[in-house]
This record gives sequence, C-alpha cells and structure tokens, in this order.
Amino acid sequence: MSENLSAFAYLIASVCFIMALRGLSSPVTARRGNLLGMAGMTIAIVTTLASPGVMSFTMILIGMLIGGAIGTVVALKIKMTALPELVAAFHSLVGLAAVLVAAAAYYEPQAYGIGVAGNIPIGSLIEMSIGTVIGAVTFTGSIIAFAKLHGTMSGAPVVFAGQHTLNALLGLLLFGLIFWFVGDQNAGLFWMIVLLSCLMGVLIIIPIGGADMPVVISMLNSYSGWAACGIGFTLSNPALIVTGALVGSSGAILSYIMCKGMNRSFISVILGGFGTENGGPAAGGEDGDKTVRRGSAADAAFIMKNAGSVIIVPGYGMAVAQAQHALREMCDMLKAEGIKVSYAIHPVAGRMPGHMNVLLAEANVPYDEVFELDSINRDFPSADVAFVIGANDVTNPVAKTDPDSPIYGMPILDVENAGTVLFVKRSLSPGYAGVDNVLFYRDSTMMLFGDAKAMCEGIVNAMDAM
Amino acid sequence: MATDKVIEGAADLANNAKALAAQAEALMAQVNQLAGQLASQAQQSGGGDSFVFFVMIFVLSCFVGYYVVWSVTPALHSPLMSLTNAISSVIIVGALIAAGPADLSLAKVFGFFAVILASVNIFGGFIVSQRMLSMFKKKTN
Repeated sequence: MSENLSAFAYLIASVCFIMALRGLSSPVTARRGNLLGMAGMTIAIVTTLASPGVMSFTMILIGMLIGGAIGTVVALKIKMTALPELVAAFHSLVGLAAVLVAAAAYYEPQAYGIGVAGNIPIGSLIEMSIGTVIGAVTFTGSIIAFAKLHGTMSGAPVVFAGQHTLNALLGLLLFGLIFWFVGDQNAGLFWMIVLLSCLMGVLIIIPIGGADMPVVISMLNSYSGWAACGIGFTLSNPALIVTGALVGSSGAILSYIMCKGMNRSFISVILGGFGTENGGPAAGGEDGDKTVRRGSAADAAFIMKNAGSVIIVPGYGMAVAQAQHALREMCDMLKAEGIKVSYAIHPVAGRMPGHMNVLLAEANVPYDEVFELDSINRDFPSADVAFVIGANDVTNPVAKTDPDSPIYGMPILDVENAGTVLFVKRSLSPGYAGVDNVLFYRDSTMMLFGDAKAMCEGIVNAMDAM
Repeated sequence: MATDKVIEGAADLANNAKALAAQAEALMAQVNQLAGQLASQAQQSGGGDSFVFFVMIFVLSCFVGYYVVWSVTPALHSPLMSLTNAISSVIIVGALIAAGPADLSLAKVFGFFAVILASVNIFGGFIVSQRMLSMFKKKTN
C-alpha cells in the first residue's frame, strides 16, 4: 500500500473513532457508534498489515487469535457488577502494550523509520520515553486499581510518612533518567525508566481510597490514551495520535466530572488518604442519644404502596448486594399500582462513571426512567417517598449546611425534601467520607436495616401479601 | 562541388548535434542532481515539519475529543470508558509493525506480546461495550 493511501486509510479510521464516541450522545445511536469503532479498528489493522514492513503473518495471526479468544471469553462471561475491575484490567493491558511497543521501537528503530539502533534521533527518544513512562504508570497503576476494586487488596488508602516527598523525589529521578537516556541511548537506562515508572504507578494509586475509584479509573483511562499518543508520535502514525488524544481527553473530562461530583480538587484526590484522618470528629461526640426510626419490609411496602410517586436513589451498596434485579421487580409492582417511579443517579454513585446506569439497564430498567442529579433534584419535593438503596454520602444535607464537613460543597440529591425517606442500609455506619448522615435521625426517615437485595425481595413479598 | 559543400555542412551539423546532445546530457545530469538535492532537502525539511504537523493533528484532536466527549450523555459514561479503552488499543498498529519483519528478533518478540495484549483489549473492549449498550432500552409501553 502506498504511503498516501495508508495515510488516507488511517484518516478514515480516525474519523470512525470520532464518530464512535459521537454515537454515545444518545442510547439510540450508541450501538451504531460501537460498530463504527470496530470498523475503524479493522481499517487501521488491515492498513498496517498491508504496509511493506509487515512480511510475516504467522506470529501476528497467532497473537491476535490468542488475545482475541481471551478478550472475547472474558467480555462475554464478566458480570456487570464486576465492570469497574474489568475496565481497570483492560487499561493495564494498554499500558503494558505501549511499553512493549516502545521497547520494540528502541531495539529495532529501522522498522519504524527512526534511525538505526544506537543512533535514534533525539526527538524520537523523547517521545519514546514519554510513551514508556505513561504506559508503565498506567500498567501498574491499573493493576493496583484492579486489586482494590476486586477486593484482592483493601480499598482503604495506604498512606505512610514522607509519601509525597518520596513520590516527588522518584519523579525527579525519572526525569533525570530520561535526560540521561536521551543522551546515552543505553538499554539499561531504558529498562530502569520502565522499572521506575512501574514503581511510580503503584505509589500513585495506593493512597487513593475505594470511593475515589471513579476518579482513578477515569484518570487511568486518560493515561492509557496519552500513552498511545506518545507512541503515535514515535511511530509518526496519525491514527494513533488522534485516537490517543480522543481517549486522553475523554478520560480527563470524566475525571473532571467525577471530581466535581465530589466537590474535590483533582490534586486532593491524587494525594489521597481521604476519609482517614478527618472522619472521627464529625461523626463522634453528638450522636450518643439520637434515635432512629426502624422499619421492616412490610412497613416499607405499606408506605410505598400508598405513595403517588417514588424516587429510587441507588448507590454502591446496591451493586455490592447485586440488588438491581430485585429492585426492578419491586418497582414493577409499584408501577402496576399506578405509582410513578423514577431513578436518581448521582455522578459519583458506584465505582466508575455511569456504573449505576449500566446496572439498572442490566435489570431492564428503561433508560428514560433514569435521571441525572440536575434534572431530578427539583422532583424530590413533590415525591412521596425517596427510596435510598446503598447510597449515603450523596444524600447527606450536611454537604450544604456545615462548612467544616469534609463533604461540604458536594452536590447532593435532595432526598430530604421527599415526604418520607427510606434508607436501605446494613447499619448506621457513616459512609466513605466518614461523616454521619443527619438524615438518619430525622422523623421523616425510616431505616430499613439489612442486605439490599433481601430487603427488596422482602418488600416484594409484603406487597404480594397485601 | 555542391555535393562536397553539402557533405561538409552535414558533417558540421552532425558535429553540432553531437555537441548539443552532450550538453543536453550534462544538463540532464545537473537537473537530476538538483532534483535529488531538492528531494532530500524536501525530505529533511519534511522531517522537521512533520513533527509540527503531528503536533497540529494532536492539538486539533484534543479539541475534537473535548467537544465530542462533553456531548456524551452521563448515562453512557461506563460504555464510554470501555469503548475508549477498546479504541486506544489501536496501539496494535505499532505492535504489528514490530511483529512484522521476517526475521526473529527481540523486537519481534515484544511485538508479538503487544499484539496479544492489544487484541485482548480490542475484542474484550468492543464486546463488553456492545453488551452494555444492548441493555439500554426505552420504555416498552
């Protein structure tokens, strides 16, 4: 394939990728978008295979078959609740692939038209180093994120004295190594950069706690894009640069949205350790003699059956208990009674952006019953019941009233404005931010203690019996 | 007499033509040389300019990405992540070039493993996105 023709093909592939993301603006066009993405990928792969440098296809074919088989099986088998882990694992693969491609370019630069081994142009070396560093950080960082999400590793932040100083020093060291490598082109230096970046990846992610995972996953998403971009510059491949930039900005925007959803700065999330040191005083002290109103499944069934409209507020607890199907069954019964049911999703509910939407969609909840924070908040005053299942901090009015609270300024779902608030929760324990929820002690609140799934099933049975 | 003159003139002409041909040849060689120089110069300056050109592509793509991603509905943020994940595996392009040469080398081995990793992502990413997206349905009634 001539150079112009392949450049044109890469352009078409890039346009396909842009249109694929554009398709996600609505669930109606989203599937077509995904197909366009596949088309773009096929074009990019075929174009590369047709380039004069690719002469032997056996190993390529074997590699694609192995990888394709693993990917297909995993993607078909994975449970929707395990989605955040899966995405984290996939990110780590992109990171590692970027490191490997950079290594290949370093050992065989003539294949990529960037000089000969030992005499690679400085510009290419810098681009290569950047791609390697970001790739390696994405690789190990995503593994840590995966371990935290999967429960192999505790989700609690890992903090130690001098952590930030250590990170800063390692960062400087890395910078020095790159400088040295660009001048020296030594293989040992290349692998030291890889190792140090891997270490950085671990250190960057360990201090970040479980509920900050939406930010971490989006951030790693962004990194994997920038890594692809760096490799794209090394290879002078426009399709890689365009795609990398698309993915990079996508991840960055998602991180921004997630940070805004928690009213925290990106820096404070990255520095980590949230919810460890400032949880105590806010929760303690005053709650000794507070009383809560407990209810049973039958009470909840009675209240909801006599309501005109119910708003469901799902949170991570629903995902953990896998309660989405039981919840939908409950809502179907309510709808059969002529009660208006809608769902309110907080931007940071769950462990990845849009987590709750996917789980509800899996349980066959139509997407036009599911609303974002901005559009549903004005409906709470007219709702008779707010049914909070597995969410806590995102409903806490303290975020509006107490400037000293760690969650002050965070946008919340105004469930307090609903006639009755039903909280499905295991215990009275505070949420991730370590802040006690004042709503628990209100007269209009009823606490339904127990497992989210069991509670929904209990309510369904109670409604059946009425 | 007249024939002699004609023959002489013809010989002169032939000589002239020969000299002209030689000149043309020399000129041709010069042109060739110049063209070669120009081409290599163009290539060199193209090498310098191509970086700027790629930076332009990069910056414009960031802007495209910015506007396209803001238009994605929040409900589809999870599929957005898995889809971007799948398309970022276009890094397989680099892996294919590394795994492509006929002879076995260290670079080819790296390329081979990178092809596997990227393929896992491509297939896994697109399939899981499709699975997610197929669940988003409108109200049936």
